[in-house]
Formats: sequence, structure tokens, C-alpha cells
Amino acid sequence: MSIWEYANPLKFMGWTAPLVPVLSVLAAAALMLGLIWGYFFTPDDYRMGATVKIIYIHVPSAMMAINAWAMMLVASLIWLVRRHHVSALAAKAAAPVGMIMTVIALVTGAIWGQPMWGTWWAWDPRLTSFLILFLFYLGYMAMWAAIENPDTAADLTSVLCLVGSVFAILSRYAVNFWNQGLHQGASLSLDAEENVADVFWFPLLVVIAGFVLLFLALVLVRTRTEIRARRLHAIALRERMG
Amino acid sequence: MPDLGKYAAEVLSAYTLSFLLVGGLVLVTWLRARRVRRALEQAEARRANG
Amino acid sequence: MSRLLIRDLVLAVRAGGGFGLGLAFFLIVVVLVPFGVGPEAALLSRIAPGILWIGALLASLLSLDRIFQLDFEDGSLDLLATAPIPMEGVVAVKALAHWLTTGLPLVLAAPVLGILLNLPQPGYGWLVLSLAVGTPALSMIGAFGAALTVGLKRGGLLLSLLVLPLYVPTLIYGTEVARRGAAGLELATPLALLAGITLASVALLPFAASAALRVNLR
Repeated sequence: MSIWEYANPLKFMGWTAPLVPVLSVLAAAALMLGLIWGYFFTPDDYRMGATVKIIYIHVPSAMMAINAWAMMLVASLIWLVRRHHVSALAAKAAAPVGMIMTVIALVTGAIWGQPMWGTWWAWDPRLTSFLILFLFYLGYMAMWAAIENPDTAADLTSVLCLVGSVFAILSRYAVNFWNQGLHQGASLSLDAEENVADVFWFPLLVVIAGFVLLFLALVLVRTRTEIRARRLHAIALRERMG
Repeated sequence: MPDLGKYAAEVLSAYTLSFLLVGGLVLVTWLRARRVRRALEQAEARRANG
Repeated sequence: MSRLLIRDLVLAVRAGGGFGLGLAFFLIVVVLVPFGVGPEAALLSRIAPGILWIGALLASLLSLDRIFQLDFEDGSLDLLATAPIPMEGVVAVKALAHWLTTGLPLVLAAPVLGILLNLPQPGYGWLVLSLAVGTPALSMIGAFGAALTVGLKRGGLLLSLLVLPLYVPTLIYGTEVARRGAAGLELATPLALLAGITLASVALLPFAASAALRVNLR
């Protein structure tokens, strides 16, 4: 049961050790640069006023919320096919990060929407899809927590991630259909990727890069922690058996 | 400081909440990483000493 | 496979099998709604299609853990895994049994409950059709969830957390068909999409579910 004997986790711990501080510093630098640039040195939007500044948090977090799930999907597939334990643990590690990104996207989206739509929550297709994504993250994390055997947990959560991904895509189209049917064309587009002026676009890119680096740093640290935790568990088991 | 006008509350609360969420995540991640690493070091030491 | 089906049907209908529980729950949910939102007829008839669908969905959820749990606990599932029928067939048959004992009764009971909620006249046929097309998907998706959680002692809550988000597309399209039908609007698109989800679920989810079962039987 001990995974430490396999070369894979050992090598992983080896080559990722120097990466963690590097990624952390780069992430902090990019985030600070991008957010300061965007917050202090960009103008207000004539339609949305100062709330346009929320874009620097809302868009990157929303992108990461989706990308985190995509990474979990790939890692789950690698686990199911190649049985690399590190891959399964990486998927487990990424979930809380993705979930927090989803929450940030929801919260900033709702706050942004309040002055625009006059309500704290609107069942806008995008916000609704993110709410569903949040539920998927919860289910995935709950499943990992509920199952004792690590390999069984890895297998079942991987299958869940696969099927969940299909349904997440299905839901996105269903939600678009659902809202469109009720409020034809009334939704204000928070999709600031369309027609974003250059003056907003460049600091936004920097913050997006910062979020990606932050994601990588966090997932790396969490995966390393998971590997150590498994090793700890294996030692504890052996100690108990004398 | 930019004049946020009438949207000051929205912008500031959005940024503050996001910082808190990210900060909380980083803190929890780091604390757990540290705890597990120390526990593992102790367990390995116990094994090495017989 | 037909013997497995009959066996499951008999087990469900016997005392303690939970048959009728789903129906009773459906009734109770529908009865609670006016207490929650007020008895005004116009409001009720507007939300009737959605409430009936949600009630059917929740009632379907109730009996999901029965699909595999009992057989898992007494070892029958192990035997079925080694039987000549493929595991995917076992899953499909059990989902069918669930639909016959839970989904189908809901479909038949829906019009009666629609009366309680002032469902508009033209809506009855479309409501029944939408449920008839959509409830098999609920059973199949539910069977997948049940397969994932069969190894857990008290997996009921986790099962709900996993399955309810998966139900969203079916719910959206099913309600849309029922709602548009009640209003006399064009509904070919949501009906086709609803049917698509059901067909795809029934065709593909047995593979995912049997993979999950094999993991849990290890």
C-alpha cells in the first residue's frame, strides 16, 4: 500500500521542491503588478463607473474556476489509465483551490451585478453555471472525504469527475436555454472579454497570469502535502501492526 | 487613490472579500503543509531509531 | 436479465420494499407548496409544472440507495458481478426496475396532483409526456450515483449532493416542456433535448456505473 516505494512520488517531490518558492514569488509579483496597475492606473468605464475594476478579480478567478476543473479532469483520466498516484493526489489537491476560485467568481459577480441589475443575485446564465460548478466541486470534495481507502477514493472520484464534466457542459447549455427562454436578451453582459479595451486588457492579462501561477503554486504545495500525508498514514499503519 | 465615486462600497467589498478568500486558502494550505511535514519528519525519525 | 428484473420488482413491491413511499412523498411535497407560497390560484398554476417536476425528482431521489445497497450488503452484488450477464446489463436492469417502481407511478400520479396545483388544462398531456421521457434519465443518473456511494455506510446525503446537480439539465428541459405545453407554446426543442439526455444517459451511464460498482466490490 505504501506509495513511497514507487519512484514516481519520490521523483515528484524532488523536482517540485525548488519550484514552490519560485512559483510563489512569481505569483505574488504578477498579482501585485497587475492589480496595482489595474486598480490605480486604469480609467473608469463610462457605463459601469468604477465597478469595472472588479473585472481584475472576477475574470481571472472565473477562468481559474473552469481551468481547475479541466486540470482535475485530465489528472483523473491519467489516474484511471496510467495509475500514477501523484496524478490522483494532484486532482484531489486542486479541488479546494478551484472551489475557492468559483466562490470568488460568484461573490465578485454578484457584487458587480448589484449596481448593474439592482439585485444581489440574478439568475444570469453565467452566474448560474458557476453556482452549479460550485456544487460539483462540493460533491467531488465530499466524496474524497467520505471514502477511507485511498485507491478506491481515487477511482470513484475520477469517475465522478468524468461524468460530472459531461454534465457540467450539458448544464451550461441547459442553463443558457433556460434563462434565454425567460428573459430574452435582457441580461447585461458581464462577459468583459468581448470588446475589452487595451487599457484594461493588459493589466488583466498580468493578473490572469498571476492567478495561474497562484493556482500552480497552491496545487503543488497541496499535492506534496497529500503525498507526505499518505506516507505518514502508511507508517502509522505499519507501527500499529507492530 | 482613485475616486471610486458611488461604487466605492461595491469595489472595495469585492476586493476585500477576494483577498480574504485567497488569503484564507493560502494560510490553510501552508499550515497543513507545515503540520504534515513535521509529523512525517517525526515519524521517519522514530522509524530510523528503531 | 428478465429474471433479475422480476426479482427486483417483486422485492420493491413487497412489504418493506418502499414501494408507494415515493408516491406518498410526491403527494406531501405538492401539498406543502401552497402552504409555502399561498393558495392564490394564478400563482400556483404558473409554478405548477416546475413544482410537479421537482416533486417527482425528489421522490425519485428517495429510493435511489435501494438500487444496489441491499444486494451489496448481503453479497448478492458479488454474485451478480460473476454472473454471465455483463455488469452494464445488471445496472441497466436495476435502473429499469427503479423506474418501473418509482418513476412510472410518479408519471401516472402527476395529473392528479396537477389538479391540486391548478395546472392549466392544456398542460396535463405535456406534463405526463415530459415526465415519461425524463424520469428514465432520473433513474439512470440516480443509479450511477448509487453505484458510486454503495460502499458507504450512510451515503444517502452524499448521494443527494452528487445526484441533484446532475439532474439539472433534465429538470430544466422537462419543466420547459411542461411549462410551454401549459401555455400552448412551441416545445419541440426542449422535448428533443430532454429525450436526448435520457437516451444518452441510458446508453452511456451503465458503463460508468458498472466501473464504480467494480471498484466498490474490490
